Amino acid sequence: MKRILFIEDEAALQKTFSDILKSEGFEVISALDGETGLNLAKKENPDLILLDLILPKIHGLDLLKEIKQNENTKNIPVIVLTNVESIEKIDKALELGATTYLVKSDYSLEDVIAKVKKILE
Amino acid sequence: MKLTKEIFEQLNIVAQCKKYNISLWQCPQFLFLIMGIVIIVSALNAYLFGNHYIQDPLVVSFITLILTAVLFSVAVIVTRSFERLSEANKMKSEFITIATHQLRSPLSNLSWSVELLLSGKLGTIEKKQLEYFGILKENINRMQESVSDLLTVSRIEAAKIPVKEKVFSLKKLTEDLILEYQPFARASNVEIVLNAEKNLSKICTDPLKLELVVDNLLENAIRYIKDKGRVEINLSEKGKNIYFSIKDNGVGIPIEEHKYVFQKFFRSKKITKHQTHGSGLGLYISKATLKRIKGKIGFKSKEGQGSTFWFTLPIKL
Repeated sequence: MKRILFIEDEAALQKTFSDILKSEGFEVISALDGETGLNLAKKENPDLILLDLILPKIHGLDLLKEIKQNENTKNIPVIVLTNVESIEKIDKALELGATTYLVKSDYSLEDVIAKVKKILE
Repeated sequence: MKLTKEIFEQLNIVAQCKKYNISLWQCPQFLFLIMGIVIIVSALNAYLFGNHYIQDPLVVSFITLILTAVLFSVAVIVTRSFERLSEANKMKSEFITIATHQLRSPLSNLSWSVELLLSGKLGTIEKKQLEYFGILKENINRMQESVSDLLTVSRIEAAKIPVKEKVFSLKKLTEDLILEYQPFARASNVEIVLNAEKNLSKICTDPLKLELVVDNLLENAIRYIKDKGRVEINLSEKGKNIYFSIKDNGVGIPIEEHKYVFQKFFRSKKITKHQTHGSGLGLYISKATLKRIKGKIGFKSKEGQGSTFWFTLPIKL
């Protein structure tokens, strides 16, 4: 069973994604802040990371940088999932190694799940 | 060291002006510098001319001092006013950006939660419940669109609209949009007709930006037809430009409102009688978007007879 680490500070969104990803046959590991997310990424070595940018303790882009610089986690695909829509942030995230950058309000839940499945194939 | 750096930052007028996202001639620091130069030149001239015509140097000095003091006071008042205006403008843009970001997150949460409920993956939904979830989804979409429009407006004002150019056919883009609008047009009893010149040149610009404009004009044309109606789109080449026009036989815009049509939040009183939806930002965004991609927009309209909106774009390949 593929394991997805979801780093997102909104508890409601954690619940929604947890429910739908589980119904699709994935195991979900949740982190509500950047520091916990980084620790779990190193400890659990998930198959994919869903990463918000605006996070408590460590900002998403700094977290992405740490993940991509760490030997054990650098090959984990990361989908940035945020409502931040600035071109600078998008370019930075892709430059740091994010697989893709999705603006939440531009995608349906179904679309996001489809992207997750495609990357995990 | 830190103090020196701060002083240099304050003296960097161009950087200070960039903070406000305004032109140099509206920037308070630049205006103060210009007025300072004017004051110095005026004081010197007053002293030189005064010395030439007035014998008593004390009187000359006094007159020069008074003149300098008056000009200085005027300079301070003018630049302080511009500074307050610029600060207010900056705060307004920042407020819109922060507010829209704060609204987008809970709206995304709502939208996806409703989507999950509607998917049936959490259990079967009764028909009546389905109706209400449908209402929820529709209104969440409306709010998301309004927030998106506000964010676009704040980007326009901050002059941050990125453009990604591609060569494409405006005729194909228009045809695809008309297809998307067919269900809405049929439901509104409106016929959409497209007349495109043969062998119309392709254009090189941002297709997503242009789609936004055509989408807005088409939606307006259909919405503001009261009963049965017709929307006619014409595409042609005029010299070095592509010419797009869209004509409807809708409610039209009263002549006294014509000068407000492209302003933010403007909605014609005639239109709000028939349609309560709409943020009044569509045409403002369309005009700013076209300006960004080197296009022009205009219209003519007669109350009770309908409107024709048009835009031109350079054919540069």
